[in-house]
Amino acid sequence: MKPEKIKWGMVIDLDLCIGCQACTVACKQENNIPFVSSDQARMGRAIQWNQFITTVEDPLPHTKVRYLPRLCNHCEHPPCVKVCPVEATYQNPEGLTAQIYTRCIGCRFCTVACPYGARFFNWYEPEWPDEMKSSLNPDVYIRTKGIVEKCTFCVQRIRAAKDKAKDEDRELKDGDVIPACVETCPTKARVFGNLADPHSEVSTLSRSRRALKLLEHLGTEPKVMYLTERTWNESL
Amino acid sequence: MSHYNDFPNDDTALINPLMKKSGRWYYFTIACLSAIVAWGLFSWGYQIRNGLGVTGMNSPIFWGIYIANFVFFIGISHAGTLISAILRVTQAEWRKPVTRCAEAITVFALMVGPINVIIDLGRVDRALNIIPFFKYGRFESPLLWDVCCITIYLLSSVTFLYLPLIPDIAMLRDKYTKRRWFYRILSLGWTGSPRQKKVLEKLMAIGTILIIPIAVSVHTVVSWVFAMTVQPMWHSTIFGPYFVVGAIFSGIASLIIAMAILRKTLHLEEYLKPIHFNYLGLLLLTMCLLWFYFTFAEYLTTFYGAEPEHMAVFYSKLGGEYTYYFIFMIVTCFVIPFIFLAPARLRTITGTVIASIAINIGMWLERFLIVVPTLSRPRLPYEHGIYHPTWVEFSIFAGEVATLCLLYVFFAKLFPIISIWELREKHEDEEATIKEKAVTTGSYEY
Repeated sequence: MKPEKIKWGMVIDLDLCIGCQACTVACKQENNIPFVSSDQARMGRAIQWNQFITTVEDPLPHTKVRYLPRLCNHCEHPPCVKVCPVEATYQNPEGLTAQIYTRCIGCRFCTVACPYGARFFNWYEPEWPDEMKSSLNPDVYIRTKGIVEKCTFCVQRIRAAKDKAKDEDRELKDGDVIPACVETCPTKARVFGNLADPHSEVSTLSRSRRALKLLEHLGTEPKVMYLTERTWNESL
Repeated sequence: MSHYNDFPNDDTALINPLMKKSGRWYYFTIACLSAIVAWGLFSWGYQIRNGLGVTGMNSPIFWGIYIANFVFFIGISHAGTLISAILRVTQAEWRKPVTRCAEAITVFALMVGPINVIIDLGRVDRALNIIPFFKYGRFESPLLWDVCCITIYLLSSVTFLYLPLIPDIAMLRDKYTKRRWFYRILSLGWTGSPRQKKVLEKLMAIGTILIIPIAVSVHTVVSWVFAMTVQPMWHSTIFGPYFVVGAIFSGIASLIIAMAILRKTLHLEEYLKPIHFNYLGLLLLTMCLLWFYFTFAEYLTTFYGAEPEHMAVFYSKLGGEYTYYFIFMIVTCFVIPFIFLAPARLRTITGTVIASIAINIGMWLERFLIVVPTLSRPRLPYEHGIYHPTWVEFSIFAGEVATLCLLYVFFAKLFPIISIWELREKHEDEEATIKEKAVTTGSYEY
């Protein structure tokens, strides 16, 4: 697969999702996402690239509780990229909304412009419990305080898979790149791959009758799609 | 009521603050203001050291009172240059004692305002990344539009303040010994020759016209920082003019407060007369009504359209946790000013000052109510925090206000706060205008 033929995307089957949040944990582990105290979390300072949105509808006993894992949608028309004053976030040739941590000035214009709330800010110098410090992922940059971060579709894994394919002198094939959240999902609700390849699994699923995108009316064209028999929340 | 252009024949009242020994109150004021500035700087240092976590901001309320302050100070900056330019263009002769104190507010508010954006940065050390061409600045971002427009506005307002100062500086150089070296440098060799006067007049004429679009552009692009996003109740075409009106509104209010303080402390009762406050009060009343019209139009459009996402923000201000702020804003920005400005009987110095203080409080709240509620109601129902500004944010705000006052006090100490040479020229000017008016109406005969 040549770079210009790649559009990375993900499909999440909400009918398979059991809301275990293993993806959130795996993502935190893989991407060196700092921990915050419960006080700070209550203030809304927790960083979860892969965050669960829970809605509770209707009173008991007919309660409907719904989960939706929300990550960066890597939009085709990202509202965050437009507003960045220093090009610290940009769309790369493979359709990822990439982040240049070393350039970000922390103005938070992108976090404000993102309609999905998928971007996070480091309010303090990142911290980990002592037990965690030895298990940080060496492939992922450790962010400093004062900059913005978000889901990268595990870009380090994409790079590793490409290197491997190159070593083996072959082209990247479907299923070569597996982000941490996809790897850990116990019900195989998540599929990652190349949307530009019409035969890839993710592409096939994205054309399903059950597919929907978040806040589609905003015209951002997310590359994360959800599969469900119903709308995940009547109001959206 | 005395005529607006009758001033004392000698200008000792205007020269005294510059040349006489400063009193105890002057040093007391300077000491107080400096202490507040120092406290603000300490708070900023504390924030840089510990991270923006020391503020009350969180996810999704990523912007707090720093951004509200930014809009507020840029709004105040519309006090001067724009107003004095409009008054110059329309040849309003009563403007003469008012223009310089107004233009000085512009310059200093423009120095303080943008600091808020820098304070708001997570990585202040990388602030220079925003420079276009040499670093990474990209013009697609509305923040860069701000940087450009504010820089141009600051440079042109400094010029606009400085040019009509030159004849006065030259006068100070010629007549007095105190700080002569300082005035000699700044007077740029002004002798008052006809050629020099012609050049100055020409430059002022060009500047007067140019400054109006520049000033309008500044507050328009400030509003576009919000309006260019797709967020509910920000993404509005009305925001540009709405912000410009709000800016001129709070600008005139700040000017009235400054004038009242100057009048009292520097004993300028003979120069800043009730009639000046009356005229400015009328302008303020116009802006008050315009502001109310825009606010009404904005909220009614949102309410009638009733899109759920917009209504969530709407109800946070009318019924939600920001209700009292909203009511207070309407009272201070519309009800109180209207009561004090509409009847001529109440449009006195005290009346206009009360209205102006209310307006400045209300307009700060207006900016707060634009920035925060929209962010507090994200489209997706994820867990989110509540925003309470902390002592750090309030300290920095106080430091900024004190900085603005301090700069203004120093300016009033070094330069005559009322343009002396323009007052002297009044008679020639007045005759000219009377002639002109008569010619245009056809009643003038030689």
